[in-house]
Amino acid sequence: MACINPDGTLSVVARNLLLLLETPHTAEASARALGLPLFRIRATVRELSRAGLIDRTAETLSRTDLGGEALILDAESER
Amino acid sequence: MTDVSPSPVATLPRLGEPAPGFEADTTQGRLALEDFRGSWVVLFSHPADFTPVCTTEFVALAEVAPSLREKGVELLGLSIDSIYAHLAWMETIETSFGVEIPFPVIADHDRAVATSYGMVMPGDSTTETSRCVFFIDPNGIVRAMIYYPLTTGRNVDEIVRVIEALQTTDARQVATPANWRPGDKVILPAPRTVEDANARLAQHPDARHWWFCETDG
Repeated sequence: MACINPDGTLSVVARNLLLLLETPHTAEASARALGLPLFRIRATVRELSRAGLIDRTAETLSRTDLGGEALILDAESER
Repeated sequence: MTDVSPSPVATLPRLGEPAPGFEADTTQGRLALEDFRGSWVVLFSHPADFTPVCTTEFVALAEVAPSLREKGVELLGLSIDSIYAHLAWMETIETSFGVEIPFPVIADHDRAVATSYGMVMPGDSTTETSRCVFFIDPNGIVRAMIYYPLTTGRNVDEIVRVIEALQTTDARQVATPANWRPGDKVILPAPRTVEDANARLAQHPDARHWWFCETDG
């Protein structure tokens, strides 16, 4: 899974998207906020959704509890 | 007598039909064609990383990538090299030519995408993808294709011109003549009845013929 590195850490885009989605955003708003093309956001959302780290409700994206835990684990692994 | 089945014939995408879907590893993560919906996509293959002609093409495409994005067009490269080869080559292009490659490149090591798009031409090479270009519209339809052999670097101006022509055609329901450039006259579709042919001449008295009528682009 490209959004999670082989060592278990999050990819930079996945981490930034999870941080952003502390507040729900649309994919388009996420792309603008992160300065990325929309296709990168859609691809990352697909993978993070499969992993259960993001919820998609209609057009809105939000971070799940598991997504929050993944960020904490990711931050700990950076130390 | 031995029963010998003919070799399977690789299918090629057809103009006006949906582009084959895929999900593939790229230098910008795992991407699906579906991720590009709503944008034009120029999907292009190159024979191999760390080769001179391909390097000149990547540099030329990187230079037009920002202006293409402004037109709603995303570039997507492909070869059967690995992600690591792609990343190392792109780093070399940046250090040697001062050009950052802004578009993703598919690492199609199992040739799944190349096969579905007919990018491997066995008469040209059995181990590399030829220089193919697919123009895919925002609805996922193949609108144009260009195939070049390994030895001929692509004309990036022509790739941009085709996109501009397709977008003009869609916006205005017109056709574009030979060597058309933005701002040149465009061609109105020919009328199909006697009445419409007469009406066309009445509306466009300067037309060469009822079937050959240009208008401002």
